[in-house]
Amino acid sequence: MHVSQNWIDIAYLIAAVLFVVGIKGLTKPKTAVRGNLLAAAGMGVAAVVTLLNEHIVTYEIIIAGVVVGGLIGAVMAKKVQMTSMPQMIALLNGFGGGASFAVASAEFFRGSANDTVSIIATGAAVLIGAVTLTGSLVAFAKLQELIDGKPMGFPGMKVVNAILFIGSLVGIGYLVMNPGNETVFWGLVAAAMLLGLLLVLPIGGADMPVVIALLNSYSGVAASAAGFVMGNSALIITGSLVGASGLILTSIMCKAMNRSLTNVLFGVMAEAGEAMDEDEVYAGKVKSTSADEVAMLLETAQRVVIVPGFGLAMAQAQHAVRDMADTMEAMGIEVEYAIHPVAGRMPGHMNVLLAEAEVPYEQLKDMDQINPTFEQTDVAIVLGANDVTNPMAREDKGSPIYGMPILNVDKAKTVVVVKRSLSSGFAGLPNPLFAKDNTLMLFGDGKGAVLDITTALKEG
Amino acid sequence: MDFVAQLTLFVLAIFLGVELITKVPPTLHTPLMSGSNAISGITVVGALIAAGSDSGMLINVLGFTAVVLATINVIGGFMVTNRMLAMFKRK
Repeated sequence: MHVSQNWIDIAYLIAAVLFVVGIKGLTKPKTAVRGNLLAAAGMGVAAVVTLLNEHIVTYEIIIAGVVVGGLIGAVMAKKVQMTSMPQMIALLNGFGGGASFAVASAEFFRGSANDTVSIIATGAAVLIGAVTLTGSLVAFAKLQELIDGKPMGFPGMKVVNAILFIGSLVGIGYLVMNPGNETVFWGLVAAAMLLGLLLVLPIGGADMPVVIALLNSYSGVAASAAGFVMGNSALIITGSLVGASGLILTSIMCKAMNRSLTNVLFGVMAEAGEAMDEDEVYAGKVKSTSADEVAMLLETAQRVVIVPGFGLAMAQAQHAVRDMADTMEAMGIEVEYAIHPVAGRMPGHMNVLLAEAEVPYEQLKDMDQINPTFEQTDVAIVLGANDVTNPMAREDKGSPIYGMPILNVDKAKTVVVVKRSLSSGFAGLPNPLFAKDNTLMLFGDGKGAVLDITTALKEG
Repeated sequence: MDFVAQLTLFVLAIFLGVELITKVPPTLHTPLMSGSNAISGITVVGALIAAGSDSGMLINVLGFTAVVLATINVIGGFMVTNRMLAMFKRK
């Protein structure tokens, strides 16, 4: 038996290596597809050798579970729209956490956790897994607009959360002293599930990118904890890779939104400094323009940067934008896209939405790449983005968004902002960009405006 | 495997993860999330053992649930990642 266990462990090692090589493939768009396939192959290796495990004596439940799960997974993956990707990831995070939670529970009831380390690991897997499960379901419901995206809470919520968390830890401690106490175990499960709900409910819709990235990290840590329970190296290694990945993305998102992780988690919004008066910012300074004028401006431009926001995706205008960019390129104009990290609803979301519209990824530039080039840009076209272009973040120390990294579109020779009205974005602030001397407002529906500009370009 | 060996693996893998993930460009962050999600479906290993162990009704139910959830994660995650990455590869 010893030999076969060694072979199984070696197969797990191969799987872990394939995951690492697979993630490495994701560092370049050219190798990414292959990387994903390698990781999938690693999963296949891990699953197949597991079936040889001596503890597996019956296959009916396994086959039923794989068929049901495989069908649901495949349908979800085929049907989901790219705009709904954050919801899909939220659900997958939740299911990953739920699976680790269920595995740890099964180990508990099999009585295989009887030393201190494995009982603590079981408790951790149940706690983190259940929090990930219910927290992700709330995130999903908020993103899908099944429930209100506004922060929800009640007085004393933080105290309740603290009691639930400390209570869970005490419960795990009790299980170490009295292994196998089922009442305490179910108490732990209930407290963890409730905690997951209460942790995500007070977080606003605008902060969901951070929450999804963090829950992604949790689902990895939960898998890792399940690995400690089972003494399985593949789970430990893989879970911690995913945990690290989620944490890095969480910190990238926090930086891009100028929020600290604690502020996001406790639903603290930035204090609105001295409220800036919209009239004072905009009065008499806003110049409006027409699609024909914009087209004339573009005809003489050498370099144009398009700044997309999520409003663009909501209007399903990605293809229209691509057409406009193609038309400009055919005229010899250099076109690039400036992607702020929070342009979409999750890390990298806007890139996927534009890639779906067949925008070549070489044209998608992130903030650090594009910002130094605005001064050499003739026209910047802002489409459905607002707060991420607000120069107050750079200039006004009293502003609530001061310090938030922004796209310096105002440095371009001319800025065209396509927008329905002068209404404010998520931050609820007026945007002085709209009143700058070099800014022209093109009021109207985003998609319609882009189509009009394209038509005018083709006619001109 | 003893606890210290497990902990060693855990800590080293976190460092490896940080090194690897910081090299992924922002363009690919969404596929990275769905892909790492699929990989976190490695829990399927534990799920299969629980579901196949034939040790009573409660464990059968938990095992079945774990297999379903982990398989959704694995199949859904890899397929949707592949779908997204294929869009980046065009042209």
